[in-house]
Amino acid sequence: MIGNFPYIAVIIFIGLGIYTLIFKRNLIKIAIGICLIENGVNLFLITLGFRKGAVAPIYTQAPSGQAMVLPTPQALTLTSIVIGVATTALILSMVMMIYKHYGTIEVNEVRRLRG
Amino acid sequence: MKEMSKIVRNVTNLVYGFIIIFGFYIIAHGHLTPGGGFQGGAVVASAFALLLISYGQLKAKKFLNINIFSLLESCGLTMFIVVAFLGLGTTFFYNFLANSGSWFGHMVIPGINPGDMNTAGVLPLMNIAVGLEVFAGLGIIVLLMADGAEFTKKKENS
Amino acid sequence: MNLSNHTPILILAVPLLAAFLIPIIGKINKKATGIFATLVLGLSLIFTIILAVKILSVGPQIYVFGAKSPFLTLPSGLKFPIRIMFQVDAMGIFMGLITALVSFLGAIYSLAFINKNNGVDNYYSLLLLLTVSMFGMEFTGDIFNFFVFLEIASMASVSLICYRGTDLGEPVEAGFKYMVVSSISALMVLFAVGIFYGEYDVLNIAAIASVMKHSQLDKIALGILVSVLAMKAGAVPVHMWTPDAYSEAPAPITMILVVASQASLYAMFRVVFSLYNITLNTLAVGWIIIIFGLLSMFIGVTMAIIQKDIKRLMAYHAISQTGYMLLGVGVGLAVLANPTALQRYGITAMEGGIFHIMNHAMYKGLLFLTAGALFFRTGTRNLDKMGGLAHYMKYTTIFFIIGAAAIAGLPPFNGFASKILIYESVYKFNPLLSIIAMVVSILTLASFVKVFHSAFLGPKLPQFKEVKEVPRSMVLAMAVLSCIIIFFGLFPDLIVKNLVHPAVMSLIEQFKYTNTVLGGM
Repeated sequence: MIGNFPYIAVIIFIGLGIYTLIFKRNLIKIAIGICLIENGVNLFLITLGFRKGAVAPIYTQAPSGQAMVLPTPQALTLTSIVIGVATTALILSMVMMIYKHYGTIEVNEVRRLRG
Repeated sequence: MKEMSKIVRNVTNLVYGFIIIFGFYIIAHGHLTPGGGFQGGAVVASAFALLLISYGQLKAKKFLNINIFSLLESCGLTMFIVVAFLGLGTTFFYNFLANSGSWFGHMVIPGINPGDMNTAGVLPLMNIAVGLEVFAGLGIIVLLMADGAEFTKKKENS
Repeated sequence: MNLSNHTPILILAVPLLAAFLIPIIGKINKKATGIFATLVLGLSLIFTIILAVKILSVGPQIYVFGAKSPFLTLPSGLKFPIRIMFQVDAMGIFMGLITALVSFLGAIYSLAFINKNNGVDNYYSLLLLLTVSMFGMEFTGDIFNFFVFLEIASMASVSLICYRGTDLGEPVEAGFKYMVVSSISALMVLFAVGIFYGEYDVLNIAAIASVMKHSQLDKIALGILVSVLAMKAGAVPVHMWTPDAYSEAPAPITMILVVASQASLYAMFRVVFSLYNITLNTLAVGWIIIIFGLLSMFIGVTMAIIQKDIKRLMAYHAISQTGYMLLGVGVGLAVLANPTALQRYGITAMEGGIFHIMNHAMYKGLLFLTAGALFFRTGTRNLDKMGGLAHYMKYTTIFFIIGAAAIAGLPPFNGFASKILIYESVYKFNPLLSIIAMVVSILTLASFVKVFHSAFLGPKLPQFKEVKEVPRSMVLAMAVLSCIIIFFGLFPDLIVKNLVHPAVMSLIEQFKYTNTVLGGM
């Protein structure tokens, strides 16, 4: 019933994230683009563990005759979400400091370092 | 930032204690129910963010002190690494309390059961250490960003 | 409890514990944080040397986290390699020695260089975390563990680049650019890890290497991994963050950032040689890496000649020298499937490329430290405003001459030793590549003669009348690097035979890497 739909959603997320990073000019929109790419990759990891008709991996031994969803991708995704929170906090703090020193957050005008 | 209206402040007074208790519940039961250190710590930090928004930054600084959060964060991190070092008899991060009969050391019953809180060895201790670190760390981030927003608003108005 | 069995983890765990204790120590006494950090990094250096002696005499070591054996044995007898582990072979400990030495010298240099009043304990805590993450990237045997350490390294290095950002705006702009590039790289590495997990159900590098079938999905993962790890290493089509980040960071941090970029380069070599090895079309992938190397060398040095900012010029040279490493190892990869060519020149090319990694860390670190010394005393990085400083800063001048001669490849110093290995072996592969490498070396010498003339030679300028020599801890760090450069230049044979050749053989022979873990199965 689910089919390949989550994988198509992953490609759409990552594509939208890369589009935002390349074509938007406000620094906060660039931060949102990075969050979109990260959400796409997390969705990809979770979807890898799904097995049809399986139960949640919360028992010590599965009830006989039934499969369990793989628990390792869930641990990988948790780690990735924590890293994503720290990355987002760092990027937003840097955007605030850039506004404090430059007075603007348009990418065209934050360009003192070139050449 | 300015404080919000009287209704918001009163509801915050009633609710923030329950949010903090719920967060600690998620941290403490991390080895049985979904949750654990990071998730519970994030819930507790959201209670601090609620206080900050509803009371405004100047008043909230009186009861949320950055130095205490910094100390709690360092204590949480140190506790995590020290517990990992204690397993060095076999290898780093070894779960030396599981199935051993002492603190957090009951045997795990296989199959479907309501779950015994006294199991899983070193894991609840590490959950508590990580939860302490996460709520203190996220609290510091939220407080410093509020400081920055206040500074920027003053610069814009002057 | 035999301490020497636990050395791989003590190299990481002791600085990690120190990094968490430093904020508590900082509340009591600010000066003690620097001395504590230096002592802990010295201890790490001693442990690394002990581990290096053990690996070079006995063989690769593994260290399992949380259990006695890397396998989980099911009741039916089936064994799965599921534990997280460190797998240190000769190549890993080669990079580990460079990391330990450079971090220790960076901490010694920072004792005198960092003289702000607040935030000093954050600086040392972040420096220890950056060192821990670099060790983790070099020692790990599990590919998701590599992603976690890569993210820790990028966050710690971004925070350190923005260290002067409370007063100035340019470091924050450089840090923002670096953070965006690092985030994209790390998330794409995680995507490739997801592809591997979805196909093979294991995350251990040796286990993936033994079951690798090289299907279409594996080719996609190879493409993603090579391009994003080249992005983190500063190779040319994707080098845009390097000049800004290296020039705006404080000088000891730039030295450590160079080694962090080389750790990503090590990861690219590990993926191409130990994960894929002969299953891929080595000629095609080798030529792609050679093209990256050529572009980096040429564009790096031509952009460097026109710079006015001394640290930005040295950052472009760092890109150019990364090209030499990619060229050497690329030639080795291109002939991997051809045993006669491999014996004739492939192994020598790889020895040149990998020896160049260590030499580059030494002399580029020395050059960045001298640029930091100039900035510390004169307050400016602009070459137009400096002049005649050789009259006042004699030791710095001597160290700069040693560093500039080493990077240009002049004989008694170590740059010549690795460059001649690359020139000779690459000439047998394709003469044009070797000629381009030699032309780049001449242009490097030209640009450093320009820097030496503008900064150090000339009459005494009146605005620099009070400039004295830099403090003793900075002179000590630069002197240790100079001694190592001269020693490697006079006796390169010792180093190549004992350190570099085992590293190259451990990359080429993939079966040794997998047998260390799966030998019991």
